[in-house]
Amino acid sequence: MFGLTIEQIAFIFRGAGWTIVLSLLGFVGGTLLGLPVALARASRRRSLKIVSGLFVQLVQGIPLPVIMFVVYFGISIGGYDVPALVAAGIAMTLYSSAYLGEIWRGCIQAVPKTQWEAGECLALTNTQRFVFVILPQALRMAVPPTVGFLVQIVKNTSYAVVIGFFDLTYSAKVINNSTFMPFTVFTIAALIYFAICFPMSVMARRFERRLNRT
Amino acid sequence: MNIAATTPRATEIQSMTRSDTPLVRFHGVRKSFGELEVLKGIDLEVASGEVVALIGRSGSGKSTALRCVNGLERINAGELTVCGRALHGGKVDLRDLRQDVGIVFQSYNLFPHLTVEQNVTLAPRKVHKIGAAEARDLAEQVLAQVGLSEKAKNYPEQLSGGQQQRVAIARSLAMRPKLILFDEVTSALDPELTGEVLRVIAKLAAEGMTMMLVTHEMAFARSVADQVVFMHQGRIWESGKGDMLDDPQTPELRQFVGNGL
Repeated sequence: MFGLTIEQIAFIFRGAGWTIVLSLLGFVGGTLLGLPVALARASRRRSLKIVSGLFVQLVQGIPLPVIMFVVYFGISIGGYDVPALVAAGIAMTLYSSAYLGEIWRGCIQAVPKTQWEAGECLALTNTQRFVFVILPQALRMAVPPTVGFLVQIVKNTSYAVVIGFFDLTYSAKVINNSTFMPFTVFTIAALIYFAICFPMSVMARRFERRLNRT
Repeated sequence: MNIAATTPRATEIQSMTRSDTPLVRFHGVRKSFGELEVLKGIDLEVASGEVVALIGRSGSGKSTALRCVNGLERINAGELTVCGRALHGGKVDLRDLRQDVGIVFQSYNLFPHLTVEQNVTLAPRKVHKIGAAEARDLAEQVLAQVGLSEKAKNYPEQLSGGQQQRVAIARSLAMRPKLILFDEVTSALDPELTGEVLRVIAKLAAEGMTMMLVTHEMAFARSVADQVVFMHQGRIWESGKGDMLDDPQTPELRQFVGNGL
């Protein structure tokens, strides 16, 4: 097929499997860390705002491959030998949490102030107001941009190739090294990336339309 | 709608409200926003069961005075006592205060992600910790009071402005407050919807609920309020029974009433 053997194409797909694994790690880790980042950024307490703001600025100001290197070699300096998957997972977590945190902060702050006031006047505690009044409304707004950002996560996992992580980009590179058919090989990789990302883009757009309707 | 309709709730309120100490007492209350002093020494008492209408131009301080009563604004000087709690000096337990003092806003501020019933019962369930069955009964009761029993399962966006405002009133009633504040609650509504909201308020008044209303509805203030307070430039310019609007003592009120009618 396309001048490649079935085994070679299967090899490329195995890389695609690891791309999905790393994307999931990045999304789950990014959510776990991104939620507190969003809360801290939207918080009224200055110290929390400053610390979380610094974290976001730092991560957003460093290219993802450099984060990958720093995490990978940083851990090995500490004397630990971790698989590339773990290092890449940590790097993707840091990266996604900074962006998801900012997206969600925006959603929390987009809920009108009057909703806070209404909750306050009903004698709800701060936590109750946030959990029962603000968060459900913020979550609804957060779905389209969050799904949209998933696409960025999937595409950016390809930077893990710099620390030798076996993903779709890496497996394509290996096959190219043995077949010398770069155009064919990387076109196949491109199509696979697109096949993963396109449905998510469509979903994000659909969620957004549904949100705008109501 | 029969305005004087008596419900079980009415007798309950009336038996609660026989007391001589005023529910709200302003004494020389001052409030500034930065350089701008919006309340320049307010003296006002609201007795239990009384309906007080605050009228006046925009910027006269009437909304600020109202918002001080439930602690949304903090006074700078003077004394303000609400339901036995001093809101001047010291730390005030606002959550405790707000269980006694409800407020209804011009823009309804219903929770758009919750049904009417959930809007009404959220605070009683979370603050008073009532159970699901009790919450359902409570919702049924307060929604009946505002004439919206059949809308319990609807979302706010499915209701007209007047209906949304009546839900907001029901939400306030569900906390069993001793006093409800109404901040220009009909200003966003057309005349027909204004009428349906005012009828609900008049019915609550007849049932003995203590209320303070900031309003531009002069006819309503005249007929429903026990005490009408005309505010001008941060002061109480004139106050009295509803019929004071027919015989203004100051040129400011005369001009205001003249423009308003």
